[in-house]
Amino acid sequence: MTATMSDTLPTPDLDSDAEGRKLAIICSKGSLDMAYPGLVLANAALGEGIETHLFFTFWGFDIINKETMDHLQFTPLGNPATHMPPSLMGLPGMTAFATHMMKKQMEGLDIPDVPEFLEMITDAGGHLWGCRMSADMQHLDEDDLYDRVEGIISAADFMELSEGAQTIFV
Amino acid sequence: MSDVLVAGTQITLDDEGFLTDPSEWSPDVASELAANIGLELSDEHWAAINFARTDFEENGETPTLRRMAQAGGVSTKEMFRLFPKKPAKKMAYVAGLPKPVGCV
Repeated sequence: MTATMSDTLPTPDLDSDAEGRKLAIICSKGSLDMAYPGLVLANAALGEGIETHLFFTFWGFDIINKETMDHLQFTPLGNPATHMPPSLMGLPGMTAFATHMMKKQMEGLDIPDVPEFLEMITDAGGHLWGCRMSADMQHLDEDDLYDRVEGIISAADFMELSEGAQTIFV
Repeated sequence: MSDVLVAGTQITLDDEGFLTDPSEWSPDVASELAANIGLELSDEHWAAINFARTDFEENGETPTLRRMAQAGGVSTKEMFRLFPKKPAKKMAYVAGLPKPVGCV
């Protein structure tokens, strides 16, 4: 008996596009360690068929700024997560060292760098948006941003596009 | 868990419907599982499935989308075209592999 047995086969839920499920992630921080959470979550959501929007605002703007996106840094200074004495973290060269270590660690885990991550997210259908006020503050326009950013939008525009979305603030 | 007969073979599925033992898989099983989720397998599907099976054998892990793009030569865009909506899970399902566990 080789007929389709969808009646009897336990079948994973692989086709709901989570109808109506929508995710908006606000990326407000531009340090290397705080860029990743939003990117990882966006990537995971897209893999589950969830419509996903990323809104880059304030320091998070550095993630989509062509000039800075490949040079985000991880500073251990004032970061309790390092479990290191704060007095040591302020030493010269510590940020460069910590950034280097973190990048190496990510690479070891086969996690892409920021530009490649954004490429992956947009290949998966994710939407990238820049914040109008951040652009104005930094005197930047769309030409300064990663090519796949769909537009620079205001906070009110973001409210419209995130209607009905679950929102995550990073 | 349930034992079912698919393509003339007795296979065991977990509660969600994924094969519990990749060695119970065969191309015929794949075609039938694919049909069960509305997919008809093309050569491109087979290329992805075969890479995933080989990669699983070698590394003991179902490849993630990134791994498919990096090592398997199937871009993320293609994966979404071949296995719409939930590409990594769909591919794992058809290839008789566990759901991918990697985050990226």
